[in-house]
Amino acid sequence: MSRRTSPVIPGFGLTLGYTLVYLGLLVLIPLGAMFVHAAQLTWSDFWAIVSAPRVLAALKLSFGTAFVAALINGLIGTLLAWVLVRYRFSGRRIIDAMIDLPFALPTAVAGIALTALYAPSGLVGQFASDLGFKIAYTPLGITLALTFVTLPFVVRTVQPVLADIPREVEEAAACLGARPLQVFRHVLLPALLPAWLTGFALAFARGVGEYGSVIFIAGNMPMKTEILPLLIMVKLDQYDYTGATAIGVLMLVVSFVLLLLVNLLQRRIETP
Amino acid sequence: MSSITAVTSAKAHGNANAARCGHALGRNLLIIGAWLVFALFLLLPLYMVLSEALKQGLGVFFTAILEPDAIAALKLTLLAVAISVPLNLLFGVAAAWCVSKYEFRGKSLLVTLIDLPFSVSPVIAGLIYVLLFGAQGFFGEWLQDRDIQIVFAVPGIVLATLFVTVPFVARELIPLMQEQGTQEEEAARLLGANGWQMFWYVTVPNIKWGLIYGVVLCTARAMGEFGAVSVVSGHIRGYTNTLPLHVEILYNEYNHVAAFSVASLLLALALCILLLKQWSEARLARLQSNAAEE
Amino acid sequence: MSIRRFALAAIAGLSLSAAVQAQTTLLNVSYDPTRELYSEFNTSFNKHWQARGHEAVTIQQSHGGSGKQARAVIDGLRADVVTLALAGDIDELNKLGKLIPEDWQSRLPQGSTPYTSTIVFLVRKGNPKAIKDWDDLVKPGVEVITPNPKTSGGARWNFLAAWAYAEQKYGSEAKAKEFTEQLYKNVPVLDTGARGSTITFVNNNIGDVLLAWENEAFLALKEEGGENFEIVAPSLSILAEPPVAVVDKNVDRKGTREVATAYLNYLYSAEGQRIAAKNFYRPRDAKVAAEFSKQFPDLKLVTIDKDFGGWKSAQPKFFNDGGVFDQIYQVQ
Repeated sequence: MSRRTSPVIPGFGLTLGYTLVYLGLLVLIPLGAMFVHAAQLTWSDFWAIVSAPRVLAALKLSFGTAFVAALINGLIGTLLAWVLVRYRFSGRRIIDAMIDLPFALPTAVAGIALTALYAPSGLVGQFASDLGFKIAYTPLGITLALTFVTLPFVVRTVQPVLADIPREVEEAAACLGARPLQVFRHVLLPALLPAWLTGFALAFARGVGEYGSVIFIAGNMPMKTEILPLLIMVKLDQYDYTGATAIGVLMLVVSFVLLLLVNLLQRRIETP
Repeated sequence: MSSITAVTSAKAHGNANAARCGHALGRNLLIIGAWLVFALFLLLPLYMVLSEALKQGLGVFFTAILEPDAIAALKLTLLAVAISVPLNLLFGVAAAWCVSKYEFRGKSLLVTLIDLPFSVSPVIAGLIYVLLFGAQGFFGEWLQDRDIQIVFAVPGIVLATLFVTVPFVARELIPLMQEQGTQEEEAARLLGANGWQMFWYVTVPNIKWGLIYGVVLCTARAMGEFGAVSVVSGHIRGYTNTLPLHVEILYNEYNHVAAFSVASLLLALALCILLLKQWSEARLARLQSNAAEE
Repeated sequence: MSIRRFALAAIAGLSLSAAVQAQTTLLNVSYDPTRELYSEFNTSFNKHWQARGHEAVTIQQSHGGSGKQARAVIDGLRADVVTLALAGDIDELNKLGKLIPEDWQSRLPQGSTPYTSTIVFLVRKGNPKAIKDWDDLVKPGVEVITPNPKTSGGARWNFLAAWAYAEQKYGSEAKAKEFTEQLYKNVPVLDTGARGSTITFVNNNIGDVLLAWENEAFLALKEEGGENFEIVAPSLSILAEPPVAVVDKNVDRKGTREVATAYLNYLYSAEGQRIAAKNFYRPRDAKVAAEFSKQFPDLKLVTIDKDFGGWKSAQPKFFNDGGVFDQIYQVQ
């Protein structure tokens, strides 16, 4: 793909200017305020806060469950996208429309619904407790809640790309004797990877910060099922503004780096 | 690619059929898999909300959603949506325009910044506005002297909603416009169209699909935001409670059924949004195929 | 199109709510379990206030975890009065926010605490785990539900009640620390607020015993019709004192000092006390207390001021970062 530098198309100054001003006022200055607040800390203070055992445990939990949830979505999201794009079957349009439900449904509603479902007395939870394990109030419950709220990401990023790959390409590959796995590995995977990675990263990033759906189902035990955003709330409620902003800055930097990597990676893949 | 289209022999034909037969079993398994995921992950929670809401009959359900506090919460939610969606729509188009039509240094950084509110925890989104506009915050004293209230009042709720919904439209448009390239716009310019004409007659029809999807997502998130709004709300019943916060309050008042009733109201709004999106998509597809036939 | 419709609805909504705003409003920022109490009290106060020839007031309520609510007021939530779970949280309004004077607690009778409560156990019907006293909570296999003392005022009262029991029975701080450590090992879910814990225990059926405010336990019984739960009173508990205060800086700005003061004073009136008692708070007024004496079991109670040296020393010792609670919880 060639570099697009197009002097013919107008509006660069206007749109870039507007974008920067809007982002600056709404996003950058407020986020900057958090950095300024955290800058009252010395490096060693900052380090002491973010390396406290309780913060580390929350860090591991938040990133771990978000990663697993994104991975699960990477699998079932690709499956759903594939089925929706490639096959015509009864109910396809309903499924297609409903994929966005987790986006459209407020997270608090998802939270109470999933808790009612997975609590030991709930519809699904009672089977689990018969089998001797718990879903709600464990990292498993958090992972499930995150899987639910981030379900549409991979589907919706992979779906359009998949639709753009002409079916004939795969069929031709199959004609030439490629087995389905080979077709997938050599024809589909390279084409889908950027979209898939984007979906994965968005799901992951959203999962790390998710609050509404998780607090109902997590159980909120320090060291065990306490997520990072909740820890920020807890610090705030103890009037510990600096502690809260320190964790906030940490989360922000991590998600920023993550997103930056993905955007760079995507550009690398798009423009080889 | 040309070597592939060149294959025309009967033998290859047979292979393709075999491949299709192989697909049939896999196809059915995959479809069943999709249905299972759909039922377990999406239908079950939905069923849960509705069954809990209607546990004590329609009377209790309607009392819960017609209660003055619920109506006030609905109004506040709609206000937040009505302000944040148009603003972010405008921003999304502008941002997607400059990112997709031009090359410039720092583009990756800009795209990342646009994405940022998406992955910033909602709790942080609320926290930053408290740090700025709270009584102890940077502008706290200045605002207090002028008797302006931002956090723990409606402006704070609108701001927090705006923040969390910033990327939605832009996120949908950028890949779409990048893929479409600039040829059509360039052609329009060369044929004498001015900037606005080019935008309205060439760009907008091309990006409508993504635009609608972005607006749908933006509306849904604005309607359902919980964490960020919860931090800046102050939870004053009937005044600064949005619908999702009202659900939490009812849930905390042993009002299980009422909580799920209001939740199902939100669910109904969500389903309406999904329907609207589906309908516009179908219409658009029909328009496009008509255009292709002519 | 949908946008235009939304906008119209929103504008209509805004103009409506603007019309309502014209009256005097009073904002009462309170903690979790007082919702029912104040919804009844506010109606009664409005009648009383109008009977004295004043205009009706719109009383707004905000509820949440006590610490969270105090912080919201410090950050600018314009509360006219605060009615929180413990004095320590209202102290912060003075220390961090400069919203009230340091001697706020001496401005109203009884240390500004118009009603009290205590900590009791709520167990499942028939008391299948035979829970009678604090010792039964540390037995293996007993699941105890209590909120997080870091975020919940009620949970701090819970913690201190357990501590006082262990210290008196086993005679040393070290033993008390061991006891509470054991107790919190039996906690499967640590909610952020008292209400969250009640929901976990009552609606989601988790745990064998809920450590709860007495009023919260009674309310849960009332809501459930008393079919599934019963209350167990331990041999020793703590006198929980949730205080109230007028927020000077806010009422002076809004010009609501008179009505805010009358509002809190009305809590001390016979009618106010009766409403508190009806909502299962222990009234301070001896006559009203006598009327409701059957409702409240006689308990041996320690107090925060006598036995813990007040919140000013209890809060940092037990609940601040690195305090006793962190120490026993980090061990696990």
